[in-house]
Amino acid sequence: MIIAEQKPLDEMARMLAPYSRVLIVGCGTCMTVCGAGGEREVSYLHHALRVARARAGGEPRIFLEHTLKRQCDLEFLDLLKDRVAEVDAVLSLGCGVGVQAIAEHFPDLPVLPGVNTSFVGMADEWGVWDERCAACGDCRLADTGGICPITRCTKGMLNGPCAGTKNGKCEASPEMDCGWVLIYRRLETLNQLEKMRRYYPPRNFRTIPRPRRITSRAGGPGETDGPQPA
Amino acid sequence: MRQMAHSLLEEKLNSGEFVVTAEVGPPKGADASELVHLIDLLKTRVDAINVTDNQSSVMRFPSLGGCLLVKERGGEPILQVTCRDRNRLALQADLLLAYSRGITNVLCLTGDSVDVGDHKEAKPVFDLDSVQLLRLVGTLESGQDLSGNPLRGAPRFFAGATVHPEADFIEPQLIKFEKKVAAGARFFQTQGIFDLASLRRFMQYASQFDVYVLAGIIVLTSVRMARFMNDNVPGITVPGAIIEELTSAGKGKGRDKGIEIAARFVRAIREERLCHGVHIMAVGNEKAVPDILEAAELEVLRH
Repeated sequence: MIIAEQKPLDEMARMLAPYSRVLIVGCGTCMTVCGAGGEREVSYLHHALRVARARAGGEPRIFLEHTLKRQCDLEFLDLLKDRVAEVDAVLSLGCGVGVQAIAEHFPDLPVLPGVNTSFVGMADEWGVWDERCAACGDCRLADTGGICPITRCTKGMLNGPCAGTKNGKCEASPEMDCGWVLIYRRLETLNQLEKMRRYYPPRNFRTIPRPRRITSRAGGPGETDGPQPA
Repeated sequence: MRQMAHSLLEEKLNSGEFVVTAEVGPPKGADASELVHLIDLLKTRVDAINVTDNQSSVMRFPSLGGCLLVKERGGEPILQVTCRDRNRLALQADLLLAYSRGITNVLCLTGDSVDVGDHKEAKPVFDLDSVQLLRLVGTLESGQDLSGNPLRGAPRFFAGATVHPEADFIEPQLIKFEKKVAAGARFFQTQGIFDLASLRRFMQYASQFDVYVLAGIIVLTSVRMARFMNDNVPGITVPGAIIEELTSAGKGKGRDKGIEIAARFVRAIREERLCHGVHIMAVGNEKAVPDILEAAELEVLRH
């Protein structure tokens, strides 16, 4: 799922400065699970912003709250129609996709991001989230024992570890496991070390031209249909 | 059978001579006078001079610029190329420029993480890794670029790579070593060697491959430097015995002791003919290189 962190309160207060009526929109999927922007966080943030405003001596601001099941789904965005009519800005606690979905859906309305979208990952333990997938569009987990070298190796290398690894940790941070040591151990367990001995050519970054589009209509399922060069 | 040599360094290694290379770090700034001075000091005393490429991810005058200076001063340069700061277009372009100016020794490296350097907010490139870069060198030599387009004028290089015989987990490093050999690495400059037993073990294995190995010698001139390397330099572990030896030297004697230790390794490696030569990394103390060679009784004027 998508992992995000809420922005600092003062940054949000600065963004909201020009607006007096604000709708805070939470998201019921990833942002709820990672605790950055679900119904509970919307409610907390509402109160925190109100108190911050009062302390700063500003005019009281009117806040509305609403949490959608999914901000990234047009089907649910229609539910915001009436509420949006009552405000002059939206503060979205959705991921970057959610913020942009609302902005696209309501072209006349300023939409502000309340979280920093971080990565695709999972919980290691409660409150600790780890990146697991770089969404590179060219999955090679079959060759690497189910451990992603693009994500787990700080340099995203395909042909084995660099010489910077020490005590199984990465040169970039002694708290971070060396992805290639993990891959080696796993392939050894699976009796598949020959996969590591193979040469892997440079990555094809054309599989991820931005923005990406996947269409299951014209070109058949799964065809990546990025923007074509002029 | 060996091909015709593509550089002076290759020629010397082919001849079976015990080869000495040394590395210099370019300046942080546009004033290269000190670098030129070092080049002049080293060019007749070592067989080739490596010029580092934003070593430890610290921004400096470029390796290519330093190698051009080595050529100008009549020395034999080894271009260090990392994949950290350049994508495949820039890597190929730099290699073409290097060859056109007579720089034919290339050490192919992945490069340190941006996180260990002085521009931690930079975008790390790593479009290729060291194995892919070695193959890229071969592709250019075949007269094509990486997309298969024909080149007007193909370069010819003597390509090298690094290996870490003292890595604390050696198996994955050896897999990488073999991939580098298969990718076209002809010579290896090792990470710093602090234990001859591990070098012997490594050479017993590596001598099965048709490559030259130059043992890396890091010159430690103080206990502080040794500890700094242990904490900050990727992959390096200076053993306690060496740190104790440096400590026993006492205040102000660190440099002499460091030279003595480095010379001892150089001499032992040459006397045992453990490998094909040595690569001296006197980070920040390059002026000590002639003293090390003298102490190791390797001081011969070359060229």
